[in-house]
Amino acid sequence: MKTGKFWSLKLFLLLVLLVVLAACSGEEGASEEPADTDTSGDTEEAVPQTLVFGRGGDSVSLDPAIVTDGESFKVTENIFETLLNFGEQDTTVNPGLAKEWEVSEDGLTYTFHLQEGVKFHDGTDFNAEAVVKNVERWKGGAEEKFYYFHSMFKSEGEDIIKSVEAVDDYTVVFTLSRPQAPFLKNIAMSPFGIASPTAFESAGDAFGDNPVGTGPFKFVEWKRNDSITVEKNEDYWQEDLPKLDKIIFRSIPDNSARLNALTTGEIDLADGINPSDAATVESNAELQLIERPSMNIGYLGLTTTRKPFDNALVRQAVNYAIDKQAIVDAFFQGRAEVAVNPMPSSISGYNEEIEGYPYDPEKAKELLAEAGYDGEEIELWAMPVPRPYMPDGQKVAEAIQKNLADVGIPSKIVTFEWATYLEKAKNGEADAFLLGWTGDNGDADNFLYTLLDKDTIGSNNYTYYSNEEVHELLISAQSETNEEKRNELYKQAQAIIHEDAPWVPLAHSTPLLAAKKGVTDYFPHPTGSESLINVSIQ
Amino acid sequence: MLHYIGKRILHLIPVLLGMTFIVFLIIRAIPGDPAQVILGQQATEEAIHALRDKLGLDQPWYIQYFDYLKGLLTGDLGESLRTSQPITSEIWPYLAATMELAFFAMILAIVIGMNAGIISAWFQNSWFDYIAMVIALIGVSVPIFWLGLMEQWVFSLELNWLPTSGREEVRAPVEAITHFYLIDTLIQGRFDQFWVTIQHLILPGFALATIPMAIIARMTRSSMLEVMRSDYIRTARAKGQKMVKVIYKHALKNALIPILTVIGLQTGLLLGGAILTETIFSWPGIGRYIYEAIGYRDYTVIQSGILIVAFMFVIINLIVDILYTVIDSRIKYN
Repeated sequence: MKTGKFWSLKLFLLLVLLVVLAACSGEEGASEEPADTDTSGDTEEAVPQTLVFGRGGDSVSLDPAIVTDGESFKVTENIFETLLNFGEQDTTVNPGLAKEWEVSEDGLTYTFHLQEGVKFHDGTDFNAEAVVKNVERWKGGAEEKFYYFHSMFKSEGEDIIKSVEAVDDYTVVFTLSRPQAPFLKNIAMSPFGIASPTAFESAGDAFGDNPVGTGPFKFVEWKRNDSITVEKNEDYWQEDLPKLDKIIFRSIPDNSARLNALTTGEIDLADGINPSDAATVESNAELQLIERPSMNIGYLGLTTTRKPFDNALVRQAVNYAIDKQAIVDAFFQGRAEVAVNPMPSSISGYNEEIEGYPYDPEKAKELLAEAGYDGEEIELWAMPVPRPYMPDGQKVAEAIQKNLADVGIPSKIVTFEWATYLEKAKNGEADAFLLGWTGDNGDADNFLYTLLDKDTIGSNNYTYYSNEEVHELLISAQSETNEEKRNELYKQAQAIIHEDAPWVPLAHSTPLLAAKKGVTDYFPHPTGSESLINVSIQ
Repeated sequence: MLHYIGKRILHLIPVLLGMTFIVFLIIRAIPGDPAQVILGQQATEEAIHALRDKLGLDQPWYIQYFDYLKGLLTGDLGESLRTSQPITSEIWPYLAATMELAFFAMILAIVIGMNAGIISAWFQNSWFDYIAMVIALIGVSVPIFWLGLMEQWVFSLELNWLPTSGREEVRAPVEAITHFYLIDTLIQGRFDQFWVTIQHLILPGFALATIPMAIIARMTRSSMLEVMRSDYIRTARAKGQKMVKVIYKHALKNALIPILTVIGLQTGLLLGGAILTETIFSWPGIGRYIYEAIGYRDYTVIQSGILIVAFMFVIINLIVDILYTVIDSRIKYN
């Protein structure tokens, strides 16, 4: 019993011993591990083809049809495949599960010829019948569940995809109720990955936990908020692919901690690198900096229903007052392009003739005087979270505050927690606010209509900008199948938007990633999620 | 004693009930709509309405509240609004992760904090005392976020001793049985993985232990100083007993009551308050689970998560109250 009294001291000594031991074995472990953990028995010097992908958050569900978040698509892109694929780093349309396709003259009938000999991970055959069942599942589901399908293929309650038919085993025909110009691009989006009908019919709501597709990787395990593991599909239909044996998606919420984990080798690839850390990555011989092609816009919205921004002259004045180049240089570390229009120049239909408002405080003052602006203080809303299109909302807001003060617009910076921020901005409660958008499919409609049409007030049109002429142009562009005519419509719309100036377009940023030197053939896609089918570790 | 415990457990019911009620009202008072957050920025008005309807958010709040209580009575914590996962089955891995980390941190805090406090008290006003108390003062005031990143920088990046984050080496994952990885690896006889788990625990463990460690050290010191001045200690020392024996056998026992109180409170706080540590070290625990749910306005997860944490908190306090009687037989309940 006596000895029991000294437990505290003894535990203390034990702990010291433990820490020292753990620290020592940590050192050894680092050098021994690759040999130790290799259970495959290969003794040759092959580099283990396991990639650990560090990212900011966990997925919501692994059923691509029912989610809207990028972190889910990052994983499902590897488990599922779509009929058509986007280009490696652009949004051109390429063969996927459909090897060829034809479009009828009137733009109403799309015939897809499918790859033969493809099987789902559960052994079910992939064929025309499977495609039909997938589309019927999306069509039959509730809007709030199959959200992307409804937003892309339903218009005012009407189905744009009227019917889908399996003509023979490997031919499927989509009949539309009206022409939809970006149809092929839409069908290539991640939410429309083809799932095994056997699996989703039997799993029901649990399908998102046991996803079964035709993709290069099979689902293995999900430890929520921690990691998702997928492994090579040995029966994959494309020969010698994928190159990796295993991918582990790890959630590491803090950007600095994620970079630390990359530096120590706990992960091989890190998403969401701060522009300010780019130099650190570049100076490290073990790492490489990777740029994701830009398909986003960061902007300052001016709510057109609120004073003083109900006057177009004031909005133009703000456009002249803000020094965008300085903001890009200072807060995007130059890793962005100054924006002129509400969409990036890589998107077809971009109006190159429009010249951006130059930085001209004098002109701004003139316009303000002409508008009769009374010098009342405005609220300037700063985003509370970093996003690729706005790495540091607070600092950008401070720069804008200074620019506005220079031309005589006093402003107060306010911010809210993110969900509150979006909610209040959506309700039109902000005078001027920072926000942005990353495109889904590289189509002009996905920027101009989604963000600035009068139909989208109350969802994504946060400035409450409403212009009948723009609306008509955007609506007719939706069903215009002649590419040239369609682009012309978008160019006209951009010209009007430029004059009306509901936004100050600020920047198209280049999101940054970093990887170990050995990670090869990783090409991040502008939409934010990509298949890792070609990636290997050297 | 059993009677007392029974009574205390009965007292829990109104406490927890009141707590669910307050949490329920608070989270509904903050602006932001879960349906909007789930469907993303692009959602249409109709879709949001339909989803609100499906999630039952269109009902008056008291109906939602009673539905929730009804579920609780049958052991159903509800379904996550965002992931549609039943919380009852989803919450255990998070809770186990946090408990493992919190207990590891508390062992560090108790053992180091108490010994530091004891030595400081014994050698009052010595250089050890001064240094230990300055460190303790820094410990209670250091920002955890900064401390965590500094730990990563020194012990992972510079010295390469310990991993920066996570619970396991993901390339060789632990097979979860109880979700306490220290126990799971031992059950499976994987001592290599047991070590790896310990290595992953050390940095977040120290970050989390810092504040309680400092508080315990200060409390132990002041409590010990008081006891050391009492007559029976003087007698023991006069008899020529060894210092170690005087401290650990005679003094500590009487100094332990206030220390135990602090330990109980701090353990409770760690279980719910590990959000920062869990974020920096990517620990898949309950603090981060609830915190992220707040961002997504995942009402049911916030409610049930806080309920579980509060439950743990009161249980720990109950255990502490019972331990009082073990330490000091003069304390009797009833």
